[in-house]
Amino acid sequence: MPAPRNPTIAYVALGVAAGVIAAVFGVGGGIVVIPALIAGLAFAPKDASGTSLAAIGLTAAFGVAVYAVLGRVDWEAAALVGGPGLAGVLAGTAIQRRLSSRVLVLAFCCLLLAVAVLLLVE
Amino acid sequence: MDVLEAVLAGIGAGMLAGVFGVGGGILFVPALVLVADLTQVEAAATSLAAMIPVAILGTWQNQRVGTVRWRAAILIGTTSAVGTIAGAVLAERLPEDVLRKAFAALLILTAARLARSVVRDRRVAQVRPDDGAGGEEPGPSPPP
Repeated sequence: MPAPRNPTIAYVALGVAAGVIAAVFGVGGGIVVIPALIAGLAFAPKDASGTSLAAIGLTAAFGVAVYAVLGRVDWEAAALVGGPGLAGVLAGTAIQRRLSSRVLVLAFCCLLLAVAVLLLVE
Repeated sequence: MDVLEAVLAGIGAGMLAGVFGVGGGILFVPALVLVADLTQVEAAATSLAAMIPVAILGTWQNQRVGTVRWRAAILIGTTSAVGTIAGAVLAERLPEDVLRKAFAALLILTAARLARSVVRDRRVAQVRPDDGAGGEEPGPSPPP
């Protein structure tokens, strides 16, 4: 599929769809955004993943701002899992650089299938 | 013991974020349920808080190798926030079980489609190894 000439509308639609799915199913928007960027908007797989992570940072910041006002965030628990997450993300980006785009996409397909199974089992 | 499991799940969530570019909520949320006695909403809220530093560090790493397209990221990231509000309202009124199965089916179809496109690109590359002009298809990146 060729990339749309002006993808702004596609980005906006994708963002809204990802947000709705994240809220309804409790799985992140990345799982929707990444395949859409690759298959629909002709992104290289690594660009799709880098762009998705940056977008998630923004979405999470908005979400936390709202939830913090409502007093729903347990900051201590967030630090306890987010701190180790920092080590994980450094390892993850280093691993990703050593993978070919092809292997990355096939591994991502496995992740999609795993999430689908979790959704069906729950 | 629960703390150790939560730390391991946190590392795993970070790795998913680094390798694939997803948020890692699928591991953060169960990890939070293990370490803290949180409701579903509190776990989701806290998982978002855990994601922020992970996403920032991961984005910085991606930025250094030029794999962040900022215009797309900013548009998708900001409109997602709006979508999340709409989704939260919708979630109250929709038959969740049906939706869940439909979404799972969509993920399976997406995986099949992505996998097929990768296999097809490779076949094209093998048939025409010297096609350096590059087609419209997002094929495997050329060696540096």
